[in-house]
Amino acid sequence: MLKDKDRIFQNLYNDLGSDIISAQKRGDWVNTKEIISKGRDWIINEVKESQLRGRGGAGFPTGLKWSFAPKEVGSRPHYLVINADESEPGTCKDRDILRFEPHKLIEGCLIASYAVQAHVCYIYIRGEYFVDGQKLQAAIDDAYEKKLIGKNASGTGWDLDIYIHYGAGAYICGEETALLESIEGNKGQPRLKPPFPALVGLYGCPTIINNVETIAVVPTILRRGGKWFASLGREKNTGTKIFCISGNVNSPCNVEEEMNIPLKELIEVHAGGVVGGWDNLQAVIPGGSSMPLIPKEKCETLTMDFDSLVAEKSGLGTAGVVVINKDQDIIKCMARIARFYKHESCGQCTPCREGSGWMWRMLERMTKGEASKDEIEMLGDVTKQIEGHTICAFGEGSSWPVQGLLRHFKDEIKKRNKFDPIVKENKNIPYLVDQHLLDKNA
Amino acid sequence: MSLKRPAKEQPESFEFNSSSLDAANNIIAKYPKGKQQSAVMALLYIAQRQNNNWIPLAAMKYIAKILNMPYIKVYEVATFYSMYNLSPVGKYFVQVCTTTPCMIRGANKLVEACKEKISENESELSPDKSCSWMEVECLGACVNAPMMQINDEYYEDLNKEKTLEILDAILKGDTPKAGSYRGRVNNEPENNRKTLMEFKNA
Repeated sequence: MLKDKDRIFQNLYNDLGSDIISAQKRGDWVNTKEIISKGRDWIINEVKESQLRGRGGAGFPTGLKWSFAPKEVGSRPHYLVINADESEPGTCKDRDILRFEPHKLIEGCLIASYAVQAHVCYIYIRGEYFVDGQKLQAAIDDAYEKKLIGKNASGTGWDLDIYIHYGAGAYICGEETALLESIEGNKGQPRLKPPFPALVGLYGCPTIINNVETIAVVPTILRRGGKWFASLGREKNTGTKIFCISGNVNSPCNVEEEMNIPLKELIEVHAGGVVGGWDNLQAVIPGGSSMPLIPKEKCETLTMDFDSLVAEKSGLGTAGVVVINKDQDIIKCMARIARFYKHESCGQCTPCREGSGWMWRMLERMTKGEASKDEIEMLGDVTKQIEGHTICAFGEGSSWPVQGLLRHFKDEIKKRNKFDPIVKENKNIPYLVDQHLLDKNA
Repeated sequence: MSLKRPAKEQPESFEFNSSSLDAANNIIAKYPKGKQQSAVMALLYIAQRQNNNWIPLAAMKYIAKILNMPYIKVYEVATFYSMYNLSPVGKYFVQVCTTTPCMIRGANKLVEACKEKISENESELSPDKSCSWMEVECLGACVNAPMMQINDEYYEDLNKEKTLEILDAILKGDTPKAGSYRGRVNNEPENNRKTLMEFKNA
């Protein structure tokens, strides 16, 4: 288990208070000026050396992302945007940072803004977190009052304004370009990339977008050194991470742990074990709803980091661990996730808009045992038609969980759904379910 | 995409009151000159707060004028995002999360409670018109599942009995306290804390 002194978020459970004086006691804002006086290149190099990877789901190296910002500020200003649109089912880590460790985030904003030469930082918070957003706003107001941000922030000579922008209940706005569209006052529909936001982003200006947790760990990395952070976890999967363990466990919780921690340790030690005992475990979704589930056999030895989960054809994502035990109907669980994606598709790309609903309808029928045998193959086919054929990664996010279900629980679906295709019964079918078979037989 | 329809009965006109107008001007000042359109989401929220939790079409026209943008662009935003209510939802607006992490911990019991206490169907006003409920997608409090949101506040770690109590209170016009209903502190593992022990109860 990670030692307490190596935990970055000392106030994760709000034992110590989130106000500015308590935060300063924990080491926030102590030598910000000194850190910034070491210069842009030092900051970016130190973050590169720490091998910090983005905590929002994609795991892109943060130092590298920052180095994409133009070296000189041209006619267009630079922006820093913080993504706090945490909407991935199973994930609730950013909320705790917003309400209990706001000063880590604000200080991180100042350092990151300086590193990418931004004078304005927008924090995009999902609309449902209004109360938590108000707490962050109070912390921002305090920081202004103490001259930690604003004109000549913390005496560094750098000017920084931080503004909160509330979303309004659209999952897709967690996608970085949709988020920018949303800040610009449009519907949140993702943009084509390239150009990447680092060159053409908010209002057409260079913009760096980072997750809340990524930015909030930066001040501690710079204080304790990139080498310290890199010494935790393993090569390319370094540092600590807040894991959210939800679902059928005895004590669901958020906990900060070292990368590469065994999944079994997370569940058994921190979350009090699976409801009904370890043998009652059915499957685990390791990284928020868009990551394929992992069946029990593999959970025994699985370690939680970006690369080891990719090796299991899943992903760390946001590290929202959803534990599903044998009391649950696994097909129904996935059907509900498919319904989530159907509800949240922005409707811009046809494969996703139509496919997400199609997958949901098929899974609902499979739950009830009303699907025909051939539909199981068809479901797999639909996921392949969505994946990779959309503007943003939502297509992958909606099809991967279904692929995970098919990969590990196909027998379960087959056992429940034994109908022959309706077309074989030679009925006149007015709807599209078996259209492909009708065409084949015509 | 969710299906959203504006209410049939619409007020003739809408204007911000003076405190809403101040708030709106503060928000417009956050964005660069000429980019006032960015404020449209926040202004829709302000209109919703002023108008008993829902946004009439007249408010969209009014906001379009303030921000100097086409009415249809405001309409587009208001219909795209799920948190803008385009028809009356009552003074207490209950949103029950039923996405998988909440579902497997019994969110359907919360839905049952809402059906018993508020109305048979979702998005339907209670008999006294003070309250309505709906199922929503993940509200981002998964380790506190099952949970629901009433207006701005989160009510966490619920079961059917606790939900009935909360709904009884709001139907009487009270505002019950927010947070966990199993007495646990924030997101810590209940009775099983292994980390940051030296600060516990500090």
